[in-house]
Amino acid sequence: MYEIKHAADLAESIRLLVVSAPMVAAKAKAGHFVVVRNGETGERIPLTIADYDREQGTITLVIQSVGKSSSEICELKAGDAFTDVLGPLGHATHIDRVGTVVCVAGGVGVAPVYPIARAFKEAGNKLISVIGARSKDLIFFQTEMEAVSDAVHYTTDDGSYGLHGFVTDAVRNIVDGGEKVSEVVAIGPLPMMRAVADLTRGYGIPTVVSLNALMVDGTGMCGGCRVTVGGETKFSCVDGPDFDGHQVDFAELLRRQNRFGEEEKMAYDRHRKEGHKCRIR
Amino acid sequence: MSDKVKMREQSPAERIRNFNEVPYGYDEREAVQEASRCLGCKKRPCAQGCPVEVDIPDFIARIKAEDFTGAAEVIKRKNSLPAICGRVCPQESQCEALCVLGRKGEPVAIGRLERFVADYEREHRSSDAAVVPAAGNKTKVAVVGSGPAGLTAAADLALMGYEVVLFEALHAPGGVLRYGIPEFRLPKAILDEEVGYIRSLGVDLQYNMLVGATLSIEELFADGYKAVFIGTGAGLPYFLGIPGENLNGVYSANEFLTRVNLMRAYRFPEYDTPVRIGRHVAVVGGGNVAMDAARTALRLGAERVSIVYRRAWEEMPAREEEKHHGREEGIDFKLLNNPVAILGDDKGWVEGMECVRMELGEPDESGRRRPVVIKGSEYVLDVDTVVVAVGQGPNPLLIQSTGGLETNRRGNITADPETMATSIPGVYAGGDIVTGAATVIAAMGAGKIAARNMDAYLKGV
Ligand SMILES: Cc1cc2nc3c(=O)[nH]c(=O)nc-3n(C[C@H](O)[C@H](O)[C@H](O)COP(=O)(O)OP(=O)(O)OC[C@H]3O[C@@H](n4cnc5c(N)ncnc54)[C@H](O)[C@@H]3O)c2cc1C
Ligand code: SF4
Ligand code: FES
Repeated sequence: MYEIKHAADLAESIRLLVVSAPMVAAKAKAGHFVVVRNGETGERIPLTIADYDREQGTITLVIQSVGKSSSEICELKAGDAFTDVLGPLGHATHIDRVGTVVCVAGGVGVAPVYPIARAFKEAGNKLISVIGARSKDLIFFQTEMEAVSDAVHYTTDDGSYGLHGFVTDAVRNIVDGGEKVSEVVAIGPLPMMRAVADLTRGYGIPTVVSLNALMVDGTGMCGGCRVTVGGETKFSCVDGPDFDGHQVDFAELLRRQNRFGEEEKMAYDRHRKEGHKCRIR
Repeated sequence: MSDKVKMREQSPAERIRNFNEVPYGYDEREAVQEASRCLGCKKRPCAQGCPVEVDIPDFIARIKAEDFTGAAEVIKRKNSLPAICGRVCPQESQCEALCVLGRKGEPVAIGRLERFVADYEREHRSSDAAVVPAAGNKTKVAVVGSGPAGLTAAADLALMGYEVVLFEALHAPGGVLRYGIPEFRLPKAILDEEVGYIRSLGVDLQYNMLVGATLSIEELFADGYKAVFIGTGAGLPYFLGIPGENLNGVYSANEFLTRVNLMRAYRFPEYDTPVRIGRHVAVVGGGNVAMDAARTALRLGAERVSIVYRRAWEEMPAREEEKHHGREEGIDFKLLNNPVAILGDDKGWVEGMECVRMELGEPDESGRRRPVVIKGSEYVLDVDTVVVAVGQGPNPLLIQSTGGLETNRRGNITADPETMATSIPGVYAGGDIVTGAATVIAAMGAGKIAARNMDAYLKGV
């Protein structure tokens, strides 16, 4: 069992869990992910490692509740445990000293972006971060990101904080403002990553995206996580999760993300009904 | 000469609506009756067909004498997973193929007898009768992968007195026996009992251990393990390389079967993992994997399931019994057919599969007549789900992270067939990771040879 040492709400339906997994923590690097299972009837779910503490033997995970499994995970408290944690999986993000790096985080994507931003900063790059959210109260990891960034730009869809607009607006401002950007890392919802990649393609700035494809095993065994990159089929769990954002077939990936949409909705509705019943009792 | 005793089974109409095992197995009377057909041949041809050399005539003689526990002991000397082998071995091309009775009539039903004996022993097992491992010698050895190869190597090494730790990447043991072969062919309760037996020998099973990521072979040696057995199987699914393969509704057989077997999607939403089964399913391939996927799709409620296979019935590599069961259950066999493209609707879901018809031409290297496309025979098969079951290769993850481990051009680990030794001293390998996708019994045989040679190696150093 993989005990939860600490749990906290970061924002509405976004939860942070610090999980005991010493062997994973010992090897974890920025960009790695784990596959967790919550309970004997649970699914195997990929989650990016948002931080790790080798001495304490813990990893930090950030989960947004969007369906049955994720909302059950968000209900976990300190002292509870995951049934399984497998990792570290995937290739770590390629970190180099390249000059100026812009790390773009959309929504809950700030969690996986954080260790990558920190690693780029530690490698001696100038680091500019862009954090976008629907509104101010959904922004988290602000202190952490500011500590590793030379500058942080915020955008909100509703204008409640920072620039009223999308992350792409901020990235455009940075580049058009004369910043010589060597690399962009974008992590967040697929449409956001696609928008960033479309923008940077025009500027010719290499852009890495981290794909959260649907997975089962996370070890290259099922092929369920396949994505088309540069016209070739790749398994995101073992060939990624980082890919060249300019080469990813986002349209296909968006469709594939919805493969079990109906089933997921059915399970979530059923779960909410049952949860409701429990509370009445 | 009498025919072999029939095995009672669920009727096709009934069984396609459940996941329970298809055959019921022999009862004591039927087993004795079948055993009585055996001639007890001095030359023991059947035993030569068995990859782990079970003393077949001896165990059959014990059944005849109604000493079922004794029969089990005879089998277990050579085969630590008889309840599994009795169910999944391709007996028709191994022991039963060499049985003298087969020349004029039906061979002795060796597989069914093995299954009977193993089930009898499991049901009547008394805990104190357990095999006692040799006195511990405190030497630590590691086994990677808990499929039949790893389980067998671990059991044998434990019996020799080694301290064995078995590292498994998934959250449950068994390899293909767990995630691939369905419940209706190999009940998981049986696998659990067999694994329980191996644990009772002192094997320490550790899950969520992806060797090559969570820890490396090098680190195992640094941690004090003196030898390592690699039995990581053929887990990498091959695809067809035709247009449309990433459409929604296309699964590799591994994904489809893993969702259903390992993750129990057939009990969704009680279990959280979903599987989506359309009305008309096409399964591409002709091996056990294809048959398992097709029969699983039927049980999940598909209205029509077609097997699309480019060669003919006789050449389908699946076990005879499964082909026969599949036909009884109403699988539509599109033999000498080959897919060329999967077609999608405007939302990206499968809505058909374009196929061509084939005819048999000249024999190829394997001696099988090569299927060739009949010109102008294209047609569209009306399907909304496609399961690709055209084979699996070696997963490169562990190999790439282990410096100095030699592989062949297909990416399989090179191991000496006599000893299972790899290019790294103290590292042995066997099963599908060495041979490519093969059989349960061949993997077990390799695990056995490796254990014996690891013991010799460890005593030599
Ligand atoms: C659907 C299906 C049906 C089949 N039906 C039959 C049949 O009826 N009869 C028959 O004889 N054969 C059958 N086969 C073939 C047979 O199952 C295999 O040949 C056999 O299981 C191979 O055994 P193995 O121990 O080499 O590998 P596997 O059974 O593949 O086990 C390998 C194990 O290693 C684990 N692993 C992989 N990489 C790592 C790593 N890096 N670190 C830790 N663990 C790792 C895997 O998770 C897995 O548990 C079937 C195969 C399939 C897929
Ligand atoms: S070859 Fe057939 S008849 Fe002869 S011993 Fe073996 S099982 Fe019995
Ligand atoms: S999740 Fe199964 S291969 Fe990637």
